[in-house]
Amino acid sequence: MIEAVGLTKRYGAKTAVYDLSFRVRPGVVTGFLGPNGSGKSTTMRMILGLDQPSAGHVTIGGHPFRQLPNAPRQVGALLDAKAVHGGRSARSHLLSLAQLAGIPAQRVDEVLGVVGLQDVAKRRSKGFSLGMGQRLGIAAALLGDPQVLLFDEPVNGLDPEGILWVRNLMKKLAAEGRTVFVSSHLMSEMALTADHLIVIGRGQLLADMSVKDFISANSADFARVRTPGTEPAQREKLTTVLTEAGGQVLSEPDGALRVTGLPLPRISDLAHDADVRLWELSPHQASLEEAYMRLTQGAVDYRSTDDRLAHLQPPLQPGQPGYGVPQQPSVQDVPQQGWYAPPPPGQNPYATAPQAPGHAPAPAPAPGPYAPQAAPRPSDTPKDAR
Amino acid sequence: MATATAVLQSEWTKIRTVSSTVWTLASALLVTVAMGAALSALLSSEFDNLSEAERLTFDPTLVSFSGTVLGQLAMVVFGVLVVGTEYSSGMIRTSLAAVPQRATFLFSKIAVAGVLALLVGLLTSFLSFFLGQALLGDHGTTIGAENVLRAVVGGGLYMGLIAVFSMGVTAMLRSSMLSLGILVPFFFLVSQILAAVPKAKEVARYFPDQAGSKIMQVVPGALDSEKVPYGPWGGLGIMLLWVAAALLGGYLVLRKRDA
Repeated sequence: MIEAVGLTKRYGAKTAVYDLSFRVRPGVVTGFLGPNGSGKSTTMRMILGLDQPSAGHVTIGGHPFRQLPNAPRQVGALLDAKAVHGGRSARSHLLSLAQLAGIPAQRVDEVLGVVGLQDVAKRRSKGFSLGMGQRLGIAAALLGDPQVLLFDEPVNGLDPEGILWVRNLMKKLAAEGRTVFVSSHLMSEMALTADHLIVIGRGQLLADMSVKDFISANSADFARVRTPGTEPAQREKLTTVLTEAGGQVLSEPDGALRVTGLPLPRISDLAHDADVRLWELSPHQASLEEAYMRLTQGAVDYRSTDDRLAHLQPPLQPGQPGYGVPQQPSVQDVPQQGWYAPPPPGQNPYATAPQAPGHAPAPAPAPGPYAPQAAPRPSDTPKDAR
Repeated sequence: MATATAVLQSEWTKIRTVSSTVWTLASALLVTVAMGAALSALLSSEFDNLSEAERLTFDPTLVSFSGTVLGQLAMVVFGVLVVGTEYSSGMIRTSLAAVPQRATFLFSKIAVAGVLALLVGLLTSFLSFFLGQALLGDHGTTIGAENVLRAVVGGGLYMGLIAVFSMGVTAMLRSSMLSLGILVPFFFLVSQILAAVPKAKEVARYFPDQAGSKIMQVVPGALDSEKVPYGPWGGLGIMLLWVAAALLGGYLVLRKRDA
């Protein structure tokens, strides 16, 4: 069990981590996510007693790290794969670490086998690839058979086989009742590995919940609806109907409609009642990556967490001031670089560079100068109405 | 709590498993012995050309240690690398995650490396002495002569302390490059030059190397050199104070700074 209470770290005027409190429980893999520079590594270093917190404290099993009796037997950590003297062989490196905790040399050969480095054990680590370095780092973490394991970006530089191996290793370690705390940038990997997530942005806690809850709380599941391309009138008609029924409708570049706030059967019924034919009606579930992007975007923009989460609530309903039946059933376009919603199939939204810093405003009837998402629109409108 | 013995053992493994240990210590030994031997041979043949004062204060023991000026630089490099590679490689984080007790970590490392440097230093100084005396022939002295054993053992102590001093400085600066960039020019140039400049030498004689190297003199003011207001052991004491200050500084930095 790792417990952080009010953890704060300042470097001069810069606050790297601010008032961070969380618990990492044993028996599950806990993912640690955050944009670059959000304070993940700083937090990990503070857990390991390498950096002294400016305020607050963090304990492992109830003890501050520096007071742990025989720390290497209780906590294993991979912080930086390249944190090895390049002139020393893999085996000598592990042996020097093993001796610190009174771990027999036999265990060194064991972990070398576990990570698959037995054939290069005698080679200087200078010549190791990043993947081999990661394996060596993981070997060092496993050396003392510890109950608490920390991994900072463990799959960095690993080949697919290695990534699969790490994934299974993490799960196995957690299943054995250990505390496993893993940071990563690879969301797809996290979705498969982690059970619980701690997300930070700008050094502050954004979320501390299970992966499942995280995705459902931060994602925008939507339905893609396509009307016959030859009949734009049908599209407008459907848009009006869906909006009246409380749905949020956005237009995708290829003419399809992106509908949120209405279940699929209801969309179908509404279309049927309106006598609109559908060429497509498909459910789209957000991935962890989208949920993550949606959540952390705010941190990057210096926007507060509460505000952000408020936007994630179901959109305002019709009948509220300023949001009645649209006079013109014109549909807002999906932002080209929209981070909140899944990309159209076969298109990677991150492959194309953003047109403008921040989010490209929707071209047509943009509600404001910046339209990063659909949700601000309803909240903006009341202001305009006043 | 990682015990001191465990840390000592681990540090010994670290030291013996990198090749830089071997080549820095070997070059310290070879350079010192070879240069001492060369100067001994030279002075033996040129003895009659020396000035009156120089002949009167001729110190065969000190002459055989002439190589120390250069050989100590290899000791500096050894001391710097032992501590500095922890920082340059990032190994320091792995080490401190395993040994959260930073005093235990630092002083175990310095103890292991210091003892090793001391042993090599003693070997160097005995080899230099005997080889030098053999080459000096008639002008040489023997180990049994007054104060000579003290000078020879002192030569070994001096080499070891130079290495420990470098380790302390590197722990303060947390960088091999920075430490080498400061220590090597200091010992090789600054200290030597200042020691020859009037006024400046009044200060320079209290530098660690200038003070410590007096232990290798048997004849006070050997070879017509400057007289100093402290004895050979006094000089070594001054050097010890420098070493203690460097170690304390290194420890304080390690304890206070984030790894």
